[in-house]
Amino acid sequence: MPGEPINVVGPAWAIVALLILGGLALMASMFDGVLAARSSSGTSGALRQSTRPFDEAARLMRQRRRTTVKADRPLWRIGGAGLLVAAALMVTVVPLGEWTLFDFDVGVVWFNAMDVMVWAVVWLAGWGANSTHSLVGGYRFLAHNLGYELPLMFALVCPAIAAASLNVGVVQSAQENLWFVVWMPLAFVVYLIGVLGFSVWGPFTPAFGADIAGGAQAELSGVDRLLFNAGRYALLAAGAAFAVPMFLGGGAGPLLPAWAWTLVKTLVVLAALVWLRRKVPAVRPDKFMEIGWLVLLSAALLQMLVVSVVVVVGS
Amino acid sequence: MVVAFIILGVIAILSGAAVFWVDSMARATYALALSFIAVGVQVLFLAQNYVGVITILMMVMEMAIMAVYMVMFMGMNPALMPMSMVHSKKASLIVAITTFVALTAGILLIDWPSRRGAPAADVTAALGEALMGSKMLVMAVISPVMVATIVAGVSLAHHRTRYDRFGDDLTERPARDPQPGGVGR
Repeated sequence: MPGEPINVVGPAWAIVALLILGGLALMASMFDGVLAARSSSGTSGALRQSTRPFDEAARLMRQRRRTTVKADRPLWRIGGAGLLVAAALMVTVVPLGEWTLFDFDVGVVWFNAMDVMVWAVVWLAGWGANSTHSLVGGYRFLAHNLGYELPLMFALVCPAIAAASLNVGVVQSAQENLWFVVWMPLAFVVYLIGVLGFSVWGPFTPAFGADIAGGAQAELSGVDRLLFNAGRYALLAAGAAFAVPMFLGGGAGPLLPAWAWTLVKTLVVLAALVWLRRKVPAVRPDKFMEIGWLVLLSAALLQMLVVSVVVVVGS
Repeated sequence: MVVAFIILGVIAILSGAAVFWVDSMARATYALALSFIAVGVQVLFLAQNYVGVITILMMVMEMAIMAVYMVMFMGMNPALMPMSMVHSKKASLIVAITTFVALTAGILLIDWPSRRGAPAADVTAALGEALMGSKMLVMAVISPVMVATIVAGVSLAHHRTRYDRFGDDLTERPARDPQPGGVGR
């Protein structure tokens, strides 16, 4: 329940947190599989397609790694596995109802730092293969980063200002009376666009575009490709999970316990993000730059002004 | 705690040195990023949580962007090929050793004062107060001036004027820009 103190659980629970994150990522990819089947072949057999992630994982685990000439192997491997690590580090500060792994006084900044790690990781995945197309994809992703990151940062600042804290638990319990999404809708939308951005999802997929033969993941194969794509789903899941304490009141809700509400809300946000993939066109990085800086950044700053005025007047 | 702190210090120094050992721009850049991350984690040990995490955030971001420029501008073959990370070896060795000796001598020889009083409850706020306290007004005034200078500098340096964008009588809409944007201006 909101307002209750946040309890820090022992490090062994990190395994449970990882399992939950993995479960959410798996559900996201199954849902995506169902949506893919529905959009390509109508409704028939759509449910059967929900096992596609397992088939794909089995296929990739048996696949021999592709080798390229003079690949920068260490950096390439970091690029392949890094997304999953960033997502796992993100969820350490996300409280599950009343429990958290890491009650960090600057948890919001921590989350932000981890999503910046993704910049490096995707570029490294593009660089490591020593292949032109994959490097072009890496550069495209950095260009997108420049468009979405600043609005995302200002969107994250809004709940922190309202709660007067960068601690995710305090932000969560500051929404006892009114969820932040109600009076910070712009920040919420900008935040979700940021989540799509750092998960390289939906409108931000030109980094993996078919026009550059798969871009940053063009040469990724076998277990690297598996980890990389699992990492993208995990980032989506971590982004959805972080939205719950920041904007959606954390574990607040009737009947069910706080942890269950957190999971339910996370699943709803995650499903919406997965669903958006087929509804929103991909945006070219150069076009998105202007959208990010003129529209999203202004919206986030306006939202911050409103929040600041409300906080100053209210106190 | 002390052991972890020392290990992080060693990681920071070694990866900092690796910047000059490796032969690729990407490795040099991300070795530097690793060095900064280790320093950022060390700052967490000083209970400056905000400063530590923001160091990691800013430095990873900066290195990601720097890698782009390094690959673009360094070297004759835009740094996509292996290349040496050092030049003017003799001079830079002398400068590096002199600086190192001077700084270490300073650290070891100085008569450090012993602690008076206890640390503040919020050390980050105390640090900010100590660094900026009396100069906040100056900084608040300087930042808009700096932004204005940047904008003015860019618009003076740019070879295209508003007449190139909006036509001779400034009525042409949308503007004729070489790079179309996403909001249809």
